[in-house]
Amino acid sequence: MPKPGLLSAALLFGVAAIVLVLFPLPASTDSGDGTRGPVALAHSAAEERAAPGVAAEDEEPGGQHQQQHQHGGGYKVVQWEWSYVQTPYIIAIWLLVASVAKILFHFSQRFTTVVPESCMLILLGLVLGGIVLIANKKQLYQLEPALFFLFLLPTIVGDAGYFMPARLFFDNLGAILTYAVVGTLWNSFCTGFSLYAAKVLNVIDEKVQADLMDFLLFGALISAVDPVAVLAVFEEVHVNDTLFIIVFGESLVNDAVTVVLYKVYISFVEVGPKNVQTVDYFKGVASFLIVSIGGTLVGLVFAVILGFITRFTKKVRIIEPLFVFLLVYLAYLTAELFSLSAILSMTFCGIGANKYVEANISQKSRTTVKYTMKTLASIAETIIFIFLGISAVDKSKWAWDTGLVSCTLVFIFIFRAVGVVGQTWVLNRFRLVPLDKIDQVVMSYGGLRGAVAFALVVLLDGEQVKAKDYFVATTIVVVFFTVMFQGLTIKPLVKWLKVPRSTSRKPTINEEIHERAFDHILTAVEDIAGLQGYHHWRDKWEQFDKNYLSKLLLRKSVYRKSELWEAYQKINIRDAISVIDQGGNVLTSARLSLPSMASRASFPEFTNVTNYLRENGSGVCLDLQVIDNVPGAKVEEDTETHHVLAGNLYKPRRRYQSHYSRHFMPLGEKERQDREVFQRNMKYRMESSKSTRHKRHKKERSIKKRHGSDPKEESTEKPRRNVSWHDKEPVLVPVDSEDDKAEHSEKDEDEGITFVARKVETPKPRPKSVPAAVEASSSPLASPLSRPPSVDTPLPWKGGVGSPPPCVSVEATKIIPVDLQQAWNQSISSLESISSPPAPPSADAVHPRISALSRIPGAPRPASYTPSSSSSFFSTSNTQLVQGSFLFPEKIPKEEEEDESSHELQPLMSTLKPPPPATTSAPPPPPPGSAPGQGRRKHPRVFLRSLVSAPPPGNTEPWSRGPTQL
Amino acid sequence: MGSRASTLLREEEIEEIKKETGFSHSQITRLYSRFTSLDKGENGTLSREDFQRIPELAINPLGDRIINAFFPEGEDQVNFRGFMRTLAHFRPIEDNEKNKNAAPSEPLNSRTNKLLFAFRLYDLDRDDKISRDELLQVLRMMVGVNISDEQLGSIADRTIQEADTNGDNSISFNEFMKVLEKVDVEQKMSIRFLH
Repeated sequence: MPKPGLLSAALLFGVAAIVLVLFPLPASTDSGDGTRGPVALAHSAAEERAAPGVAAEDEEPGGQHQQQHQHGGGYKVVQWEWSYVQTPYIIAIWLLVASVAKILFHFSQRFTTVVPESCMLILLGLVLGGIVLIANKKQLYQLEPALFFLFLLPTIVGDAGYFMPARLFFDNLGAILTYAVVGTLWNSFCTGFSLYAAKVLNVIDEKVQADLMDFLLFGALISAVDPVAVLAVFEEVHVNDTLFIIVFGESLVNDAVTVVLYKVYISFVEVGPKNVQTVDYFKGVASFLIVSIGGTLVGLVFAVILGFITRFTKKVRIIEPLFVFLLVYLAYLTAELFSLSAILSMTFCGIGANKYVEANISQKSRTTVKYTMKTLASIAETIIFIFLGISAVDKSKWAWDTGLVSCTLVFIFIFRAVGVVGQTWVLNRFRLVPLDKIDQVVMSYGGLRGAVAFALVVLLDGEQVKAKDYFVATTIVVVFFTVMFQGLTIKPLVKWLKVPRSTSRKPTINEEIHERAFDHILTAVEDIAGLQGYHHWRDKWEQFDKNYLSKLLLRKSVYRKSELWEAYQKINIRDAISVIDQGGNVLTSARLSLPSMASRASFPEFTNVTNYLRENGSGVCLDLQVIDNVPGAKVEEDTETHHVLAGNLYKPRRRYQSHYSRHFMPLGEKERQDREVFQRNMKYRMESSKSTRHKRHKKERSIKKRHGSDPKEESTEKPRRNVSWHDKEPVLVPVDSEDDKAEHSEKDEDEGITFVARKVETPKPRPKSVPAAVEASSSPLASPLSRPPSVDTPLPWKGGVGSPPPCVSVEATKIIPVDLQQAWNQSISSLESISSPPAPPSADAVHPRISALSRIPGAPRPASYTPSSSSSFFSTSNTQLVQGSFLFPEKIPKEEEEDESSHELQPLMSTLKPPPPATTSAPPPPPPGSAPGQGRRKHPRVFLRSLVSAPPPGNTEPWSRGPTQL
Repeated sequence: MGSRASTLLREEEIEEIKKETGFSHSQITRLYSRFTSLDKGENGTLSREDFQRIPELAINPLGDRIINAFFPEGEDQVNFRGFMRTLAHFRPIEDNEKNKNAAPSEPLNSRTNKLLFAFRLYDLDRDDKISRDELLQVLRMMVGVNISDEQLGSIADRTIQEADTNGDNSISFNEFMKVLEKVDVEQKMSIRFLH
């Protein structure tokens, strides 16, 4: 099926490419012929006719004179001003060609999953180069080292650095540094010496005039793994995170090694090997340290500057993104200026500044930065590969020697493999998660060389290095071989390796589920056993960051509020986004599903297609064989289930896919997952803690309560709630809160509608329901105390900042999503206060926050809800005390109606074993639905929200602590 | 047992644990220091709260189930022995151990015990059967919010149907083992403990 489409696409593209390329070409040399319009030029038949003319006039670049002469004859209505616009025009045309090429490649998804884009781009470059060569007899466009190093490479590295998953990077820093430094040195020396040996043994032709230094130089430039190629290929292969970051990090960091080796050898070659003194070797080592550390420092300095500047851009939001680009780019240029490692500088500038910049700049600026960086990097990568192809066509620079080429290919491959295996063997003795054999194979095989090597070899001075032409040819072959052959085969290889035992068997659903469960179990046990190393220095760094850097680099408002308010707002914004996001996705899925969905009707409800669109679109996912299987009619349903599972099962830590992706915006999936799980877990914990003082049925009931009244909850819970079977039952319940009405009406709407329609429908009510819910949160309090939402200013919370909960785990900062940390801290401390030995029923002995909390919900409650005054309420019953800490005032009335409904929801959770009561004095709970006290049992989600902006202890002003949302 | 909370582990205890769990001496001392660092109450036992304080578990979908697995039925505290016994399930099966698999008492890290550990996570009511509800609960924990309950229900049905051989609409431990017989449980349920 993809074949004809592919062909036609290729054909179409070929024509387009010819037209586009020829357009500027004859014109540039033939500009005097102003009467021949672009149309004529663009005519593909013009190719032959133009070619001779081009050749003839090529010698004489005086087209402008002709033009002037010709135009001097009189006023022309339309003038041909090619020379004026030439440069930008050509650049723009090239960008257009590159972008169109990308579009065309992605027409066929099947095709792009097999053939990496980089391969196609190089092929395209070859074709274009061939055409230009035929048309022009001379290669006009080449990958100029200056263009590459000053413009193309920085965009890619900048993007990579800025969006680098910093945590992962630093987690594996040891391995990355080892591979980058030791590995590159090893590769370069071994390749150099072996080539020299081959030369001595006459395997390499005598025409290749090179001695040991030349070969070492060549070895240095050919041995470095290339970040561009690695990114391009690995991104499509979807290896696991660790592997990706190691190879990618290596390719970035080895820049320092390459640069130094290259420079050292160049200077050695220049002075002549005989004049090299021992001191020079030490200088070389010193140079390495200076280049790498210096580059890193330059980057960090610029990161600090960038963070500092963005502190003050509040009034000029519109140019915020510009600062990011400029300073990151300046970091690169500055390092280049001092001949330090520019790649390192830029990478570390990006890594360092990201946190502060993201916190300082506005949401829109963030998006702008993200998109612009991705756009630039993506197009730069495209151009690099096209130009690589084009450059290869230029035969004038080639000098072929089969011996050299084949030796180089063999050597770099062997030494890469040997180096990887050797280093991994050493590293695995220290690593917690050892790199297994498959990882090593992928790493060896993934040692792709690319444009950096090419640019470096082109930079060589032909006078000094006699064999330059041979080296150029060899480099091109090596680059092509690694990018095209290895790039093309790495995916099948990885797939083949990944399922070595069960080649033909698909995992059954049981296996899929249980294995995923195993993974989670393992992760948890590792965490319990403390096997995920906490690094001492990371804690130190975080302290330093908190005490100094954040104060310096974060906007005051951000810094001051970050603890509570800002974090809170962030949640809201992001969740609001994710609501719309999900809505949007659903919409898309519905549309996409329309044509082909008929056959899938067997599956009751189509899942959110995004998930496997994501899988599909992003190539082969290692743990999903399903996608590649030809779906027979029989297995369809199974496949569907697999899709659903594979797309939606939470992924354990190690199986998140790369956080960094050029072509797909990071989806924040991990964060979303973490948040969901976190909330669920916290909820469960609060419930089970509570249950230590309640009868079981009460707990179950409250567990089932899902109705939230705030946007955050809406966004995370809604998609599930809309369609959940157990939530449909509460329809029986009298609805009197606005919130619930919104909910139920939405559900009703949903129920009668067919699947596709629903998907389209849901996004609409959803966003609306958010504000509705916010209002609802106060509206149920139709009691005299009803309170406008506007009360929720940050003000009341400020007091809370200074009083962090007593028993906060420091470690939490690394695991829990930043914006949930507050919630985490608070939940831990409240868990502690709950689980601590039963407090005597006196207000004084109780944890101050609990008393504060319990008082607050008590006080504002309308008299009918409060059996006694707040103080007596507190002292009379432990139950209430505990409840109090979970309370959320605005939810009170709603609770009542939920009481009954929740009975019916019990079965699902009924088997949860409540921990044995920790209190001896838990009073029997009032019968369901009768006592007001029950009504106050808030389901934990809301509790969590309340945690996010915990009330300051002792804050007695009742409503100021009100709903924390918005 | 609480008396030795902050003291070092006694040699004979280490020996016992070694015998029971197969951990090496250094692994035991290492894990003991982890145990004491988790033991905020410093009473020689871990409570649920001690486990819940581990931040990673808060974002582990099965975190609380796994915490529960550390506690023997009906108990609220776990001492170091129990802690190690649970962890021992995840010790990799070493090559020399495979041969003497027929030893009278099956080691804790045998395939069967590893599977049993996983099985117990599902089987909340300990009737040695995973019912549809139990399966649903775990599934719900493990999937994102994008899956509807209907879908999840049909997945659960299918899962049970796939594994259920005797038609009781639930998965017994034997069926559980059978359905996973092709899975490399030994490897997938093993952790590299640091030496």
